Amino acid sequence: MTDVSQDSRRSARAEASRRAFYRFRQSRLSMVGATMVAVVLFFTLFGNLLAPYPEHVRGGLNTAERFQAPSLAHPFGTNELGQDVLSLVMAGTPVSVAAGFAVVLIGTVLGVVVGALAGFNGGWIDDVLMRFSDLMLTIPSLILAMAVAAALGPGFVNMIIAIALSWWPGYARLVRGEVLQAREEVYVAAARAIGASPARVLFRHILPNIVSPIIVKMSLDMGFAILTVAALGFIGIGVRPPTPEWGTLLSIARNYMPDFWWTAVFPGLAMFLAVFGFNLLGDGLRDVLDPRARR
Amino acid sequence: MTALLDIRDLHLSMHSFEGAAKVLSGVSLSVEKRQIWGLVGETGCGKSLTGLSVSRLVRTPPAEYTGGQILMDGTDVLGLSEPQMRALRGRRVGMIFQDPTTNLNPAFRIGTQLIDVALAAAKHDPAILGLEPGAGRRARKAAARKLAIAMLTEVGIPAAESRLDDYPHQFSGGMRQRVLIAMALIGRPGLLIADEPTTALDVSVQAQILTLLKQMVATHDMGVVLITHNLGVVAQTCTHVAVMYAGTIVEKGPIEAVLADPAHPYTQALLRAIPDRSVKRGQLQGLAGAVPNLIHPPPGCRFAPRCALARPSCLEGPPPVHTRAPGHAVACPVVEEVQHA
Amino acid sequence: MLEIENVSRVFAARKGMFGSTPGVRALHEVSLSVRKGESFGLVGESGSGKTTLTRQILRLDTPTSGRILFEGEDMARLSPAALRALRAKVQIVFQDPYASLNPRMSVHDIVTEPMLIHRATLGLNRQQRTDRAAELLELVGLGPQHLYRHPHEFSGGQRQRICIARALAPGPSLVLLDEPTSALDVSVQAQVLNLLIELQQRLGLTYFFISHDLGVIRYICDRVALIYRGEIKEQGETQRLFDAPESDYTRSLLAAMPPDVGRVAGR
Repeated sequence: MTDVSQDSRRSARAEASRRAFYRFRQSRLSMVGATMVAVVLFFTLFGNLLAPYPEHVRGGLNTAERFQAPSLAHPFGTNELGQDVLSLVMAGTPVSVAAGFAVVLIGTVLGVVVGALAGFNGGWIDDVLMRFSDLMLTIPSLILAMAVAAALGPGFVNMIIAIALSWWPGYARLVRGEVLQAREEVYVAAARAIGASPARVLFRHILPNIVSPIIVKMSLDMGFAILTVAALGFIGIGVRPPTPEWGTLLSIARNYMPDFWWTAVFPGLAMFLAVFGFNLLGDGLRDVLDPRARR
Repeated sequence: MTALLDIRDLHLSMHSFEGAAKVLSGVSLSVEKRQIWGLVGETGCGKSLTGLSVSRLVRTPPAEYTGGQILMDGTDVLGLSEPQMRALRGRRVGMIFQDPTTNLNPAFRIGTQLIDVALAAAKHDPAILGLEPGAGRRARKAAARKLAIAMLTEVGIPAAESRLDDYPHQFSGGMRQRVLIAMALIGRPGLLIADEPTTALDVSVQAQILTLLKQMVATHDMGVVLITHNLGVVAQTCTHVAVMYAGTIVEKGPIEAVLADPAHPYTQALLRAIPDRSVKRGQLQGLAGAVPNLIHPPPGCRFAPRCALARPSCLEGPPPVHTRAPGHAVACPVVEEVQHA
Repeated sequence: MLEIENVSRVFAARKGMFGSTPGVRALHEVSLSVRKGESFGLVGESGSGKTTLTRQILRLDTPTSGRILFEGEDMARLSPAALRALRAKVQIVFQDPYASLNPRMSVHDIVTEPMLIHRATLGLNRQQRTDRAAELLELVGLGPQHLYRHPHEFSGGQRQRICIARALAPGPSLVLLDEPTSALDVSVQAQVLNLLIELQQRLGLTYFFISHDLGVIRYICDRVALIYRGEIKEQGETQRLFDAPESDYTRSLLAAMPPDVGRVAGR
């Protein structure tokens, strides 16, 4: 009996995921997005290991080979310090992606807590929390990040904290709206009617059903978070050299445009790939996960 | 005389993850003026798809017409281009749907919506507004407004003129359905497809709307296809009935003939499931089993797997349709044999 | 079993920036009594106050005045613990079987949840709960092989059976049936209605059956009350009410009913 039920449980899961994958595959663009994200994630994990000139990643120079145009030895050319641009771009992937992911994750956690509390309780709690998050939304994220950087000093962790602080209100709004909607579902009324406690209703019946839009937003936001990280690097309050980071690379390369275009174009392309990929993936995920599209 | 609507052996497949579901398999239905056809069946039997097909409102893909014709006044709707089709919708065939709230745009006054529909219909047939060809924009608008008021009055909305400026939310459910009927009829279509028009309404309002439908048929010389799951509604309203099961019409004919002498085992089962006055507690009979999977439908009669009368021959091929009485057709040879034996 | 005494519910007027909405009288002096073991029908059209009354009985809302007694005890005066225990005794089946099951939960989790919540009262451990869930599925005609499936894999009729199993899980004595078959096809409706009748006989349940479908009410209920705009217009034995309606409202409602299909046919 247990075996049979375990089997049927597993086959039901497999069936559901096959169905989701089918729907995902229906859209060519989301497949392209998934492929792009897969490439980006591959270099996030192995970029440092695979970089052809690891010494350049660690800050080593080769002034003899400054500003070499792309060639077989240096497919992306070399920069003003004679460093291999390909190696820097590859090694920059984990920095950018990790920073972007950390921002989104912290933003999501804060946002879910605030949004769920506001939406589920309503009343003055809702008012206070949402007015506070509106207030946070009025502060431009770059300015806030600069202020935090000024207060805490520049650096990787401070930068992430700074961006995440301006990031969570979007999630709080999303989650609050979803919770308000889910609260009116019949199955929530059914849970209350069988005597479920408020905590049970929230954690068992409401939150699991609003995971999809959160994941979709996270994917869509990943690209934008990576861009923001790069923007902070670009204006010089993010990751400091010699740690290779796309925004920082661009910022330095800016001085040598347009003659030595490869120093800027390839970090830019990497960013493009990551941002565009995550956006396409997010759109695809929305099609697959959105329960409204499912009906 | 050609029928208003003549659906001939219509086949429709719906492509999905599991494969192609044969959602309509050989549906034939002919509707003439002044006839109200009840198209009944349970969820997923294809009755709504049949109705939507007439206005070509089924999205292709995922759907695909694999055979048959839908003739309206002799032209095959399935062969028309989209612009030709748009000229047809609302003018030759009107549609009303189940939920009167979602089919009116909440952001516009109902007058605006009715006048728009009238003007659009007049593009294809200026006679609707009763104007000379080449009448000015203002004249057309005024005429459309007049027509809107006339239509609202006709469908029983009191003080129609003053209500033109109201928004949909200011109407009750029944009144909204009346507005939708007015909108569907403003282009003077010869055929009206009504898809579960009263399902969302209370019984007393339902009775009023059905009465209104009958009046409209009489005054406008229309034909109606009334799609519903409720045999009571059919009995209350229709002149003819077609019973659908799993993408096929199993029995059709004049209402008295079919209800007095239901021949197909599925029709009989449906009637036995209705809690009528005569049924004592516990005596209602449900229908055991489930609707067949339409991706791999049973060979032969679709109802055979659930049918008490089924015999091996039922699974061999599509059941032949035979005429039981004038106009009363039944797709089951077994019933005839059993009753004659 | 269940006594509803002069219950009124007024939704307070609200004064806002853009004018005020007047108070809404959703229920007015409603009195009903449901006897043990019977099926009591409540008929009303949309907006009649049916749902508001259900919410009062479930204690999801509080009457403005009047009181509701369950097994002789005033529900408003129960301690939180007693109220929790009472929730196990009064269960509900909702109209829409597609919306009333949490899509993320398996049938096992759905049916065991009430037993988990009321484990203090019921005293069942994990294994016992699973066993009982399997028994309940059997009881509603589904079979334990469905235990680990999710709601979307079931048809409407099967889902409603799951809802019934969930309602029976904590061992209720009163079951509110809120239009339990109006989202179902007739042939499925007939099966579900017969299942309800069978369960009532087997388990000695009392039903409070809410519907707008007079045919269904006539089929399943012993006594019936008609509610219109928050007021009870008529109540009595089902047979009597259909044969000799006393109020104008009842008469107009009966007149609007679709005719018996058999009678049109002259049977």
